[in-house]
Amino acid sequence: MAAAKFWVVSFAAAAAVLVLTRGLIANEYFFFAGYVVLQYIVLSTAWNILGGYTGYTNFGVGAFFAVGAYSSVVLHKLTSVPVPVMILVAGLISGILGFGMGYLTLRLKGVFFAIATLALAIVAQTLIVNWDYVGGSRGIYVIRPQQAPLYGSYIQYLYSLMLILAWVSVAIARTVERSRLGLGFNAIRDDEAAAEAGGVPTLRLKLISTSLSGALMGMSGAPLPYYVTYLDPTSSFNLSYAVNSVAMPLIGGMTSWVGPVIGAILLGTIQQLATVTISSALNLLIVGLLLIAFVIIAPNGIVGLVRARRRARLR
Amino acid sequence: MPPLLEVSGLGKRFGGFVALEGIDLAIDTGERLGLIGPNGSGKSTLVNCLCGALHHDRGNIIFDGRAIDGLPAYQRTRLGLARSFQLPKPFRSLNLLDNLRIPLLYTVNARPGARLSDGAIGERCLALLDDVGLADKATRLPRDLTQVEMRKLELARAVASAPRLLFADETMAGLSPSEVEEILAVLVRLNEQGITIVLIEHIMRAVMSFSTRLVVLVAGQKIADGAPQEAIRNPEVDRAYLGE
Amino acid sequence: MCPGGGHYGQGKLAHAAIACTGCPLIGMLSLDLAVNAVVAGLLLGGFYAAVTIGVTISFGMLDIVNIAHPAFIMLGSFVAYIVNSNFGVDPILIGVVMAPVFFLIGMAVYQIYFYAFEQRGEESIQGLAFFFGLLFVGEVTLILVFGVDYRFVEAPYIGPSLHFGVVDLPLRMLIPCLVSLLMLAVLQLFLGRTFIGRAILAVSQDRLALQLMAANPSRVKRIAFGVSIATASVAGALLIIIQPVEPSIGRDYIGRIFAICVLGGMTSFPGMLAGAMLIGIVESITATFYGPSWAPAVAFGFLLLTLAVRPAGILGR
Repeated sequence: MAAAKFWVVSFAAAAAVLVLTRGLIANEYFFFAGYVVLQYIVLSTAWNILGGYTGYTNFGVGAFFAVGAYSSVVLHKLTSVPVPVMILVAGLISGILGFGMGYLTLRLKGVFFAIATLALAIVAQTLIVNWDYVGGSRGIYVIRPQQAPLYGSYIQYLYSLMLILAWVSVAIARTVERSRLGLGFNAIRDDEAAAEAGGVPTLRLKLISTSLSGALMGMSGAPLPYYVTYLDPTSSFNLSYAVNSVAMPLIGGMTSWVGPVIGAILLGTIQQLATVTISSALNLLIVGLLLIAFVIIAPNGIVGLVRARRRARLR
Repeated sequence: MPPLLEVSGLGKRFGGFVALEGIDLAIDTGERLGLIGPNGSGKSTLVNCLCGALHHDRGNIIFDGRAIDGLPAYQRTRLGLARSFQLPKPFRSLNLLDNLRIPLLYTVNARPGARLSDGAIGERCLALLDDVGLADKATRLPRDLTQVEMRKLELARAVASAPRLLFADETMAGLSPSEVEEILAVLVRLNEQGITIVLIEHIMRAVMSFSTRLVVLVAGQKIADGAPQEAIRNPEVDRAYLGE
Repeated sequence: MCPGGGHYGQGKLAHAAIACTGCPLIGMLSLDLAVNAVVAGLLLGGFYAAVTIGVTISFGMLDIVNIAHPAFIMLGSFVAYIVNSNFGVDPILIGVVMAPVFFLIGMAVYQIYFYAFEQRGEESIQGLAFFFGLLFVGEVTLILVFGVDYRFVEAPYIGPSLHFGVVDLPLRMLIPCLVSLLMLAVLQLFLGRTFIGRAILAVSQDRLALQLMAANPSRVKRIAFGVSIATASVAGALLIIIQPVEPSIGRDYIGRIFAICVLGGMTSFPGMLAGAMLIGIVESITATFYGPSWAPAVAFGFLLLTLAVRPAGILGR
């Protein structure tokens, strides 16, 4: 799609979804579930910038997500700011965390990088567990405001915010993907030494990638305290965020912004349905099995399958 | 005229192993330098140190009158030092045009002066591919290329950064005689266009016919440096290649 | 989860005494605690070697990023639990007897990995994602089958301790440590003396040369990977002797395993043992003096430090 067409169509689509769902759907549960799916769109799009575009697998998703959530907790305790401001602050803090992580791991490749991200997540979790101001291991209760800005319930408000954030993150991903920056990311992914020899400032680009990815992930976690009303380290650092953030882009397709969106909507919806009908442990099992299956059978994801079929038809 | 590249006292160790010791080298603009030596003599290490893929432990490198010790590889490329890799390292998920687009975007366009527009870049990519005979595969992926075509892509990518000095690292290894001729022809043409070339090779016939000067490396040290016929006749070179 | 074995028995009483009374004998008791923490750390380190040896083989030697290794260890623990609680068989015996089964499982997993990745030359992300998925599926399956309760085994050596002066040696930790060292020795002999073992070493040192010689490295690698998973059977049995287990414990071990592997220089057994002991001691001291909630951060912190400073490990490659 050409740039202008994308912006217009996607903005219109997002606006349409927002207006229609809020206007037509009365069932509160839809917005609870919808928030989660939208949150995963942001998370997987963010992950894919570092993972799919730049080739660095981040297993420490939980850290960025939780840091975003806990930064909101701190703000909530200190003062009263609107949620959009919390989202921006979370983005800043997580972005800095991403920069720091990138800097610490700059010489690491492949699995070493992945393990290091896991290590950082554990360290971050340990720090939060021992930080009583935000409740430590006991967790903390956050009271959801009675009144939502504009009309509707507070959950509808959070849902709307997340929809906007999802659109923003997809727009950012697409812009990066088609820019010189995105091409540089791809070069790093394909062959870092050759990229460096070709004039690509690999260190700088890697730091941009980790910071941008981290910032978006943190932003997706910022509204969480108001959504769950009880936040604790075990659930906010949960490894299922990491598994989903890896599975969704992989199943959807890692080379373009479309993949994470497809993966998030598909997997997110399946999980929401499964949690209600079966059990939450079983739905995690489904995600894990799908991840393994796709990685073996269709490593380029759904987008890859579609592209392969198109190429086959052209011959 | 001062040399384009001046290396003095270059040394590199890996733990206890001395890969390079006391290397002095001067390369003039427009030269065709051949660099030979048995396996493990340090040729690739030397290229890696000069291009910034490795940090040298000792010595100085001056390129175009400017000290480049400590500069990261991408900056050296932007200054005009390019290399092709011994084992071709194409960007596998990008087509050939995009493979060349990277150095154009990140080297040529990163230098002070006029920047190429997107259209101009596209044209230049195609022209570069045409120079090495790969224009008809412009939109294909590297995995569709033959061995010799991959080597040509590797060279084209190095040339795309508009270098002053190009290190061609064992570009011809494992190729048939006619393929070797093809690559040699490309290198000669590049040299005629003004690029100083250092050819690192094992194929003696190619090195001897191409080089205006020959440098021989054995066990990390330079043991010969001069006109090809003389350097070859050096008894130490004989010993290194044929043994005592 | 308590990594410091000295917390049971006399060590715990001493610790509690300090906490409760602020006793003026703190100085003396602290030294006792420190000594016991170090000893417990050494024993723990010995056990950690058993846990890591599998990854030293699969990742250090074969370059296969098996981050799912902890899942196989947990499987080993739960298998030991089932057989022990139903038939009363000694857990170490179970671990050893089940090792051939795990060997076959390992070979099967390698086949899938080989077909899906190595043969196609796929990106490393897919390989990583595969094992990550395996790790996750393993944990979730265990939760579905066994629930999240802690499980433990019963054996005559769980409980009693040896005492040498001020030093406590819980048998619960001593025996796994000894078994672990034994397993290490056996594997070292296997790699150094048997034909297959030396083939594995050859593959790990010069894959390219082996391929160019038209030898088939994948058969050798399959066997090696099988061996690496077989060690998980024993390691799992040892784990459930040392402490009660529940499915999510595996996660704590990912960082430990790779930290030790990297610290030890990837392929060196003695290096790995040294790294394991080091981490064991630091974890034990941290848990004793700063509380167990800081312990998981130790291994990971160590790992980050090592990777940042000396990617080649202590006794380098």
